[in-house]
Amino acid sequence: MTTIAPSPVVKTVTVPCPPDRAFRLFTEGMGTWWLPSHSVTKSGQDKVVIEPMSGGAWYEIGKEGERCEWGRVLAWEPLARLVLDWQLSADFAFDPSLHTEVEVTFQPEGKGTAVRLEHRKLENYGNAAGQIAQAFDSPNGWGGLLAAFAAKA
Amino acid sequence: MTDISALSALADPTRRRVFERLAEAPASVADITRGLSVSQPAVSQHLKVLREAGLVAGTAKGASTIYRIDPAGLGPLRAWIDRFWDAQLEAYRKAAEAEEKP
Repeated sequence: MTTIAPSPVVKTVTVPCPPDRAFRLFTEGMGTWWLPSHSVTKSGQDKVVIEPMSGGAWYEIGKEGERCEWGRVLAWEPLARLVLDWQLSADFAFDPSLHTEVEVTFQPEGKGTAVRLEHRKLENYGNAAGQIAQAFDSPNGWGGLLAAFAAKA
Repeated sequence: MTDISALSALADPTRRRVFERLAEAPASVADITRGLSVSQPAVSQHLKVLREAGLVAGTAKGASTIYRIDPAGLGPLRAWIDRFWDAQLEAYRKAAEAEEKP
């Protein structure tokens, strides 16, 4: 079986705090900075929780208390590295059969931290195509957002 | 909407096999047909869909056309994810800066 692999999306950002604080803000504090426009709960994002262990859950809590899964923790190496199983489909719905990986590393850089994020296994969106093709038509889905972006560009 | 058609195109198992065959190496319609238990017109039809979805591209070589994977096929989805993380990490960086301010 040949794997059709689009190259991973890789991002780096430098933050002014040391790795321990950068790591905590990214994980414990995810709900404080995550853009609420990308919420999956009906009542809107209240909290984002990453359980601090390998195998832990990764989910969002809405303002009315409902819980929506985002994925799982694949690797938990405090202050240095985090790997998440991103299981949100193209319309931001949890799909237990979809697995893409988001790896985040934290390296000291001067007084701050270089944060590197890699979102890989994007080819699995192709494998889940049957389920998400329809989702792309949703105005709130990635296709809809892409269309909105394209309209502005 | 290239992304819709790209993902729908790969939902068909035979079409996916045609696509995977081309992932191994560029090939003509005849080459592809030999490896699959499908007729040549059927393979041509699958190639047409894959081409329209931006997943494969064909180049004329003598009397036949050689098909290969268009590496930009999943491109629109990837481009969206790219922008998505740009926006999220910018929000993260701002939060970190706000935290560092006395």
